[in-house]
Formats: sequence, structure tokens, C-alpha cells
Amino acid sequence: MSNLVEVRNLKIEAKTDAGRLVEIIKDVSLDIADGEIVALIGESGSGKTTVALSLMGYARPGCRITGGEINVSGRNMAALSEKERAKSRGTDIAYVPQSAAAAFNPSSTIMEQVIEVTRIHKLMPPEQARKRAVELFKALSLPDPEGIGARYPHQVSGGQLQRLAAAMALISDPKLVIFDEPTTALDVTTQIDVLKAFKSVMRAGGVAGVYVSHDLAVVAQIADRIVVLKGGEVQETGTTAQILSAARHPYTRELLAAFEPKPRQAHADADAGTKPLLRIDNVTAGYGAVRADGLPVIRAVNSVSLVVEKGRNLGVIGESGCGKSTLARVIAGIHPAAAGDIVFDGRELERTARKRSQEQLREMQIVFQYADTALNPAKPVEDIISRPLAFYHRLDRQARSKRVDELLDMVRLPRTLRYRHPSELSGGQKQRVNFARALAAHPKLIICDEITSALDTVVASAVIELLKELQRELGLSYIFISHDLSVVEAICDEIMVMYNGERVELITPDKVKASTHPYSKLLFSSVPKLDPTWLDGLVRDPELVSRYGHR
Amino acid sequence: MTIARAASSRRSFLGHSYSLVGVVAALVILAWTLIAIFAPYIIPHSIGDIVDDDYFGPMRQGLWLGSDYLGRDMLSRVLMGARYTVGISLAAVSIACFSGVMLGMIAAVTGGWLDTCLSRFLDAMNSIPSKLFGLVVVAAVGSSIPALILTLAVIYIPGAYRFARALAVNINTMDFMTVARVRGESIAYLIGSEILPNIIRPVLADFGLRFVFIVLLLSGLSFLGLGLQPPLADWGALVRENIGALPFAAPAVIVPSLAIASLTISVNLLIDNLPQKIRDRDA
Repeated sequence: MSNLVEVRNLKIEAKTDAGRLVEIIKDVSLDIADGEIVALIGESGSGKTTVALSLMGYARPGCRITGGEINVSGRNMAALSEKERAKSRGTDIAYVPQSAAAAFNPSSTIMEQVIEVTRIHKLMPPEQARKRAVELFKALSLPDPEGIGARYPHQVSGGQLQRLAAAMALISDPKLVIFDEPTTALDVTTQIDVLKAFKSVMRAGGVAGVYVSHDLAVVAQIADRIVVLKGGEVQETGTTAQILSAARHPYTRELLAAFEPKPRQAHADADAGTKPLLRIDNVTAGYGAVRADGLPVIRAVNSVSLVVEKGRNLGVIGESGCGKSTLARVIAGIHPAAAGDIVFDGRELERTARKRSQEQLREMQIVFQYADTALNPAKPVEDIISRPLAFYHRLDRQARSKRVDELLDMVRLPRTLRYRHPSELSGGQKQRVNFARALAAHPKLIICDEITSALDTVVASAVIELLKELQRELGLSYIFISHDLSVVEAICDEIMVMYNGERVELITPDKVKASTHPYSKLLFSSVPKLDPTWLDGLVRDPELVSRYGHR
Repeated sequence: MTIARAASSRRSFLGHSYSLVGVVAALVILAWTLIAIFAPYIIPHSIGDIVDDDYFGPMRQGLWLGSDYLGRDMLSRVLMGARYTVGISLAAVSIACFSGVMLGMIAAVTGGWLDTCLSRFLDAMNSIPSKLFGLVVVAAVGSSIPALILTLAVIYIPGAYRFARALAVNINTMDFMTVARVRGESIAYLIGSEILPNIIRPVLADFGLRFVFIVLLLSGLSFLGLGLQPPLADWGALVRENIGALPFAAPAVIVPSLAIASLTISVNLLIDNLPQKIRDRDA
């Protein structure tokens, strides 16, 4: 047995609620050597998490490992009894979940939870475990390593919690650690710290790792080898350099292509685009009690001004908590502004949506980040899309049905999808339906609030392409809110950088490299590149990081 | 493999999967409903007629469930009792759930002072013990079927309101509600088309549960002599009338008790085993 992990012809079946068996993992084989980090990459539903979990001999409820061998340090996890498997979980093999926030118990201290596994498996006395934990906290460059263990999970930030989850996994000196999309929920500026910490700890301890992700750029920084999965099958395996430079499989190429900077559309009507469609002046909005001067105590958006011209797109970028989503809600009238003016198409808008006219509401549509919650799960797609048609345009049943077909064509969805419920659609399909509903109103401006961040890279870039096409055809304007620079760069004519509720800088995409404000510099330099040496070579101004990277 | 076992005990029909327990429970409920509807045509004796020389008579030919404390036919009285128990409870639970759920959804969608006033008022209502409340109402306006239905409904509105409001508040925070609001939709559309379809299943389950509570409360009130007045009798009243039969273990007291138990337990079991729609995409 030369390799630490040898998976041979793994098959996993899932049972649907009709009792039908579906093979979700078909004949997967992979090897992981000692101390090697292997990335499993693929779109959602490709089976990457299922494969990773199977290394612990675990199949999620409703799934069953039906064939093949999973040899981890010489033992076949698939054949072991549940009791035997439980013994190796947490000691030989450890797991770092996607959402550390959900993985920690809010009612006990961090230290208790980090050393819990040593107590369960009786690995070492608690005193020694605590010492070991503090060492790990130091190694993961957590602030205040001596004292952080006494805190409760809600008292540390998301990036810190993710590193603490890694400490929890590493405390028992496992041979293999499974990382399940550990940085997907983090900001780019935070992601870097976490990635760096993971990389140094794994390298120092010689621990082997499985890194599940859909982000090729992140994987390029941390993995030695990459396994590309699609539809439960291995498409391609190779070293990171091989995959990045000489991918053979079409799907891998598609993944890589999604990273390439796209040629931006040239505006033929550049002169015509000087009429402002939306102008907001010194808008302030926030939460909490209202002070004597009429402004809220906590200001999420502080005196922000912006202009969107007809047929042009504005990108708003910044980390989570910078007020960009609140800004979108203020413009749409969901969260009324405390001060400032909103002028849309030459007329001043009321601050709350309820007071705006139906026509004004129709002309400005907002599309939300999570299509899961933005689509009513109890209604079929056709009802969802046809409601704005009935409400704004008063179309009769036949006209609506025809228009629903047209809209589905427009967003490149098959017409037969109209009878499905949202739960029966994939993430990308849901987001398209979400978008088709906004289009149904026939708006002039669409506010897109992080609409691609819940999607895989390939799907996201397809959605962006679609938005561009629709813009050409329908003469729309977009306000594009995102934390992902590459997305904003691809579609926007101007980019507004927000930090702490304020507008930091307004630049055009071609000048991103030459941004002047220090925060923009930090933000733009934190976006991972496909180059595997990028993370190691990255030098960040420590003063900048301490000033703005407050996590 | 508990999941596999649970799945195999269900069978599918018309795109839904059923469990055996649920089907049996549904049959019991259906039987009682049919009896409630057709009772006047199938009872062998009139409920007021004294047909036995002895009281608390045993089961025998002609008097299949024996006789009660006056020598009346128990079978006829139980069958007619189904009519009152099921009918009154159903009417009361319908009123209670309809008003409670409507108010709950309106409160959740509107929020603000309306929500606060409604919630506090109904909380205050909730704090009155239900039997005591029934006692006071019956003492004040007397015992008639409409009065009983309304009293029972009023007692159970706060619970239905709380339940529906809690569900609707969760739905209300979803983005599709915001989308509908920004579209300029009316409250009627919001609660009818966006919220109701998402909470209808738990609301129906609650409906069934509340039906059981009302059957038990009605039986309790009747047992105390506050429910239906003689010679009419629902199951609760039958138990009370014939409580003297306990030492003789006569069917007169056992049968109505069993009737109450069979109906309430069946409703409970049906709620827990409602058919589930199969949402298998490619099957």
C-alpha cells in the first residue's frame, strides 16, 4: 500500500422518494499520497462532496456506498462496521465543513469544542489538549491565541471561525483532513488569510488533504493535484500545473475559460448614453433608533451618490457588511433612506416602494442573490413569471402564456420547464427564472444583488453572458452588486468601490490595476489568480491589511 | 438503515406515497363521517324510545350495543351522537381555524401596531381557562348548538392565530415576499397567493389537531352537563349519562368512550401520516 488513500471503483447510490435508485457516484478511483493535497473540483451536483465524505465511510441520509473500495491507510472504510469507522473519524480522518458558523455549538466555548475530539477518543489529557490547541491557534495565525479559546463562537469573525474549525480537525494529528469548500462563504480579503493559514499548517504537519471546491483559482493555490468531477465521474486528473496549463478534457477547459477576462462589449451608443437614468445624491440609510437629526444610529450607507446612465452598467463592489446590499434596497425602496434624493428617469422617487407609482415600480426591478428564497417554492415556474405580466401589463391568459414562452426562450431555458416547481430546478436555472420574472415587468433598470455568487463559475459566466446579450437586445441598464471583481469587470462600465458604508472610489474596469485608493488596491490584489505561485508570492502591505482587513 | 425501512412501509398511488397506518386512520374517519351524515336513516330505534325492560342491558340480538340507564338503545344513541360530536366539532374547528389563520397571516404581513394589538388581545383570550370560559358562556346565554359552536370556536381562535402567525412570519422574511411587495401587490394577494400555499400543510395538520382538542373539550363540557341537553346527546354526554354503568362494566359507558378514542386517535394518526407527493424528477 504505497498511498495513504486509494479509492477504487467507488459507487454510491441514492434512493429517490419514489423508491428509484440513482447512481450518483459512478466508478470513481483516486489516490492520495502521504502529505499530498488533492482538490476535488466540479459544479454543484458533480458528487465532489459525496466522494470526500465517503473517505470517512460516510454516506449522507438516503445514500449508500454500493461498490468499490475506500482504502485509507490500509483499511477499507466501506467494509468496516459503523463502530470501527467512528473510531477513525476525528483521529485518522478529520473534516472541516463549509460553514464553520453552523458547525460550532453556540452555547459552549470554542476551546471546549476544539478539544472535544481528544476527550471522545481519549487521546490525551485535557491540559495537554489545550496546550496543543493554543499551538495550533498560533500556527493558524489567529489573534490572541491564548485567550480566543475562552470565547463563544459568535464572538469571533467568520474567517477566524473557519480557522478554528481547522484547528478542531487538526488537534488529533489526523493523517487526512477533508476540507469542504471552507472559504466559499468568506470575503476575498479574508479568504487569503485563511488559505495562507491552511497551507502553512498542512505543509508543516505533512498532513494529507482533500480540498473540495468549485473555485479553480483557490484550488490552484493550495492543491498539489486536481481531480475534476462531473456527473459522478472523474473527468480528468493531473497535477495542478498540468490541469491549469494543459487541460485535456473539454469540461476542464470550460472551467478555465470562465476565468479568462472576457472582451468587453464596445458601446456603439457611447454618446447616447449620457442621459442619466438614475441619480442618487448623498443617500444615507441605516438601522436602529433614529437620532435627533433624523439619521439612524447605525449607518449602513453613509452619504453615497451615484449616477447610472441609460444603457450603461454600474458595478458596486465591496466586502460583506460594506453596505452594498443596503444600497440596493434603498434604491428599490425596500429599506427607506433616511436622507438624500433618488431621481429616476427625470423624476424624483419616493423613499418607500409603497408610495411609488406602479409605473415607477415596474421600471426598476431588483433580482436577489438567493434564487432559492426569491422564488415561491409553492408555485410552478409559469405562475412565477406570469404574475408581473398580469399585474403590470394586464395581459389575458393566452397572451401571458405566449409571453412566458418568449421569456423562457430569452433566458435560454427550455419551454417545458414552465410546469416545474423551483425545487426541481438547478441553481443556474432558478437564477434564470428569477431574472425572467424581472424581465417580465419590462423594466429600464435591473438591480442585480450578488446574483452570481451562489452559482458555480461556469454557470455564473453563462448567466453574465446572458445579461450582456439581453442588454444589447432590450437596452437595459444594470446596477451590479457583487463581491467578485471578475464578475463586475466583465459587465460594468464603471465600478464603485464601497467600504464601511461609504463610496471609496469610482473607476472604470480598465483602470482597476491603477486604482488609487488603498482599500481598492487591497481588495483588487486579494482576488485569487489561476497562477499556483500567486499566494506564496503575494506581498500585502501590512499596514493596509491591519487598517482594512479587520478580520 | 431506518430510512430504507420507513420508505419501504409506504406504498405509492397516483403520484403520492401513503403509509398503511394513515390509510386505516382515514378509513375510520370516513366511516364516522358517513355515520354522522346518514345516522337518522340507519338507526334501528328512535333515540328517545325506551326499548329495554332493564337498564344497562348487555349486548344481544336487536340491541347490539346494549341499553343505557333508561333502557334506550345504545347503538342508536352512539350513531346519532356521532352526528353531534363530529358536526359541532367540525363547524367549530372550521370557524376557529379560518379566522385564526386569516388574522395570523394578516398580522404577519402587516406588522406594526395591528400585529401588536391583535397578538396581545388574543394572548389575553388564550389565558382564560377553556372549560371555565365555556361554563360562563353557557351560564349566560344557555346551551344551544349555535352557542356551543361559537364558544368552542372562540376558545380555539387564539391558538390557531399563534400557529399561523409563527409560520407566516417565517415566510414573510423570504425574498419572494420582498419581490412581491416591491411589485406593489395588495395584502390580499400576499396572504392568499404567496403565503398560504407555503403554510397550508402545517395549517391542515393543525386543523386536525385542533379538531381533536375540540372533540375532547365538547365531550368534557357535555360530561359536565354544559353541552347538549337531553334527549340529544353527543358522545361526551353519553359517557356522563351512563357513568353509573362503570361498576357493571356495561357497554353503555364503554362504547361512547371507545368512539371518542377511535375518532381522536385516527385524526392524530392521519395527520402524522398524510400522503406525500412524490417529487422524483425523472421518474
